[in-house]
Amino acid sequence: MLIAEIFDRCRALVDDTDLSTVAAWKAAHPGAKAIGCFPVYVPTELVHAAGMLPVGLVGGGGHIEMDHADSLVQSFVCSISRSTLELGMTGRFRNLDGLLFPSICDVARNLSGMCSRNFPALWVDYIHLPQNRASAGVVDYYRSELARVQVGLDVLAGRTTTFDALAASIQAFNQQRAVLRDLHAFRRSFPWLLSTEELHLLTNAGSVLDVAEHTNLLQETLNLLSMRKGKPKDRIRVLLEGAFCEQPPLELMKAIEEAGCWIVEDDLLLGRRWLATDVTLNGDPLRALAESYVRQDTVSSVRHERPRRRADSLVERAREARVDGVLLCSAKFCEPALFDQVLLRNALEQAGIPHLALEFEEKMGVFETPRTQVETFVESILFA
Amino acid sequence: MALYQDLGRNLQKDLLAKWYGDLALANERKEPVAYLFVSGNVEELLQAYGFHLVYPEINALQCGIKKAAGGFIQKAEEAGYSSDVCGYVKNDVGIALAGGKWPLGNLPKPDLLVCTYAGCTTYMKWFEALAQHFECPLFVLDVPFVRDEDVPAADIAYVVTQLRELSVLCQAVTGRTLSEERLRELVRLSAEAEDLWVRVLEMAKRRPSPLDGFFEAVFFMAPINVLRGTPECVAYYEGVLREMEERVSLGIGPIPEEKFRVVLEGPPPWPHFRAFWDLFKRWGVTCVASTYPRVGGIWDWGMRHDPERPWESIATHAMNGYTNWNLARRQAMMRRFVAEYHADALVLHSVKSCRAFSMGMADTRELFLREDRLPALFIESDLADPRYFSEAQLRTRVDAFFEALEHRRSARV
Ligand code: SF4
Ligand code: SF4
Repeated sequence: MLIAEIFDRCRALVDDTDLSTVAAWKAAHPGAKAIGCFPVYVPTELVHAAGMLPVGLVGGGGHIEMDHADSLVQSFVCSISRSTLELGMTGRFRNLDGLLFPSICDVARNLSGMCSRNFPALWVDYIHLPQNRASAGVVDYYRSELARVQVGLDVLAGRTTTFDALAASIQAFNQQRAVLRDLHAFRRSFPWLLSTEELHLLTNAGSVLDVAEHTNLLQETLNLLSMRKGKPKDRIRVLLEGAFCEQPPLELMKAIEEAGCWIVEDDLLLGRRWLATDVTLNGDPLRALAESYVRQDTVSSVRHERPRRRADSLVERAREARVDGVLLCSAKFCEPALFDQVLLRNALEQAGIPHLALEFEEKMGVFETPRTQVETFVESILFA
Repeated sequence: MALYQDLGRNLQKDLLAKWYGDLALANERKEPVAYLFVSGNVEELLQAYGFHLVYPEINALQCGIKKAAGGFIQKAEEAGYSSDVCGYVKNDVGIALAGGKWPLGNLPKPDLLVCTYAGCTTYMKWFEALAQHFECPLFVLDVPFVRDEDVPAADIAYVVTQLRELSVLCQAVTGRTLSEERLRELVRLSAEAEDLWVRVLEMAKRRPSPLDGFFEAVFFMAPINVLRGTPECVAYYEGVLREMEERVSLGIGPIPEEKFRVVLEGPPPWPHFRAFWDLFKRWGVTCVASTYPRVGGIWDWGMRHDPERPWESIATHAMNGYTNWNLARRQAMMRRFVAEYHADALVLHSVKSCRAFSMGMADTRELFLREDRLPALFIESDLADPRYFSEAQLRTRVDAFFEALEHRRSARV
């Protein structure tokens, strides 16, 4: 396949809000079920191990009309919550059998309740991800939470997940995460050969593909990328932070880069890379998964920041990635991101790292304002 | 003769005045101060270590009532806080930025921040910011959300483990050791006050009700949330209960004539409390039950602190506050209120600040309208930010609703 064909395919997968890819997967796996997983992070290994397809929910983007959800979700709530409801209310979840929500914020929490009432045909569960990582009881607790969810999935699937099956699933996701790491490393070194828009498409395609197929696709792309030709342009390097849950329109990422930036580091679709290193298997895969979540130092607005302060980690990441500036780019009305902006901004200020705040919505249509803002930001850095 | 009229109100004034008076001197006297939240609060444990307790949420609501919230919120927004985040946080950050000077004097600096992660995620953001401001230890008590009918034993065990860890931290901060006996005594007193408080709330099952289960209950609830574990708290609820019993015997109620009984969902708009109440009083509405007085604990159906199992009961209590329950359980609770308190309608007050309360409210309205065929009124403003209250608009909605209700009633007769 040509690399352009891969991106075309990814675009088609990503634009398909009817989830026909999921329908095709189910047709090929008679009796198997599919579970929609809300951002930011969900242990998809559990779903996979139960013989099901974990489907990444990423809202409706600018693709769908809002006819029903607006009456159920107040105007001061983020877009992804309303587009997720709208997808369900317009029958686009018909190829799903369940929904899994993680404890990321008050909105997601009550959204899970709304979904279970409005979509009675779906199995809906909510995972309480642990926040006190310093507690001696945290791994035991989280292991039991994972086991609880696994039982729910098993009942739905009508089978029992063995440790071996779970271990195999963990391996499969380890491989996927490893290629994603490579792709990110590649972009960091050669951002002119892999744009953020492209990387996002590649990652997001995994929302509807089986993990093995997605891993192959990523690997193939990585091989092709090394043959890609291009010249570095005179742009500044930036880190984009704050878009861990609802995703900005691709056009915004494009506009940012065209305005004179290389985005070399970001927290887009953070959940796919939440476990930054391989989950090490040691006999009890549930515990391995629990330990991995607890020990990984992934920093995000939706998890308590201790032991490492979020602001310190941002400054550190910015320095590591040798960026010229930081874009604090968050979804409109996303409280976790908005609260953090204050602390992050202060820390960047102190560290002398230039920064710019941007807000986005799924439905935004024109990108002139952010483009101009970024252009001004770039100029201020280039001519400082 | 009304012997006990306004007893609750006056007693509370004294209690809170003493409480805030002690607080103002705590730093100076070198006595330990802890900040904590209402939802999921574990004040018995902190009191056992002799901490003075500061509740930033209560301070924010006090500012609301005293019409001082706007200035503090603005201060926080000038420091970079978005206009779209919870006003309680901004109010409190505004006070911190003002060096603790606020309408009731001076707030002491904390020696320890205890963030109960129960009820809302905003709590976490709030105390992460304060921890940075005050540069003091922060303990996050991770309280699992009640996401199912049954609470898993592992959840309780996890909270108990953390409580023990918190206790070790308290010891380090205060240099004092814990007396289990004292803890049991605190927990016993809490349970006693809880019994009395439930009896007060249930007075509203009477027809007419001697008590407004929202507009009055949100005041009467202060001691059960912030002074549990003290003999004064028990005495307070004895007093309130006596006042309510006297009201019954004298035929006094919160309004001259009860015409409608409603269940109210959501917080009050503190900066416009009187105006908001008046919208309902005009129609002879009594709120017989409401969800807001259950944010600190849902004691209605038997949950109590228990001196036989102090740690487990503190953990259980921490989990069972209103906003820590999933939507299905909350909706079931409102249904129960409607049935047990004989309500004619449901009023839902959505507030911009609080997604923990508001997200899902329109869904609840749908549920009651469609499945229960219960009239439901949906209105919006804010609990903290005075800018989001439009009296004329609210009045139009409230009037239209009760007019229709009245019409329906007369048509039926
Ligand atoms: S975008 Fe923000 S507020 Fe909305 S669901 Fe995601 S984390 Fe919550
Ligand atoms: S008002 Fe709501 S969001 Fe704000 S602190 Fe209270 S419970 Fe949390």
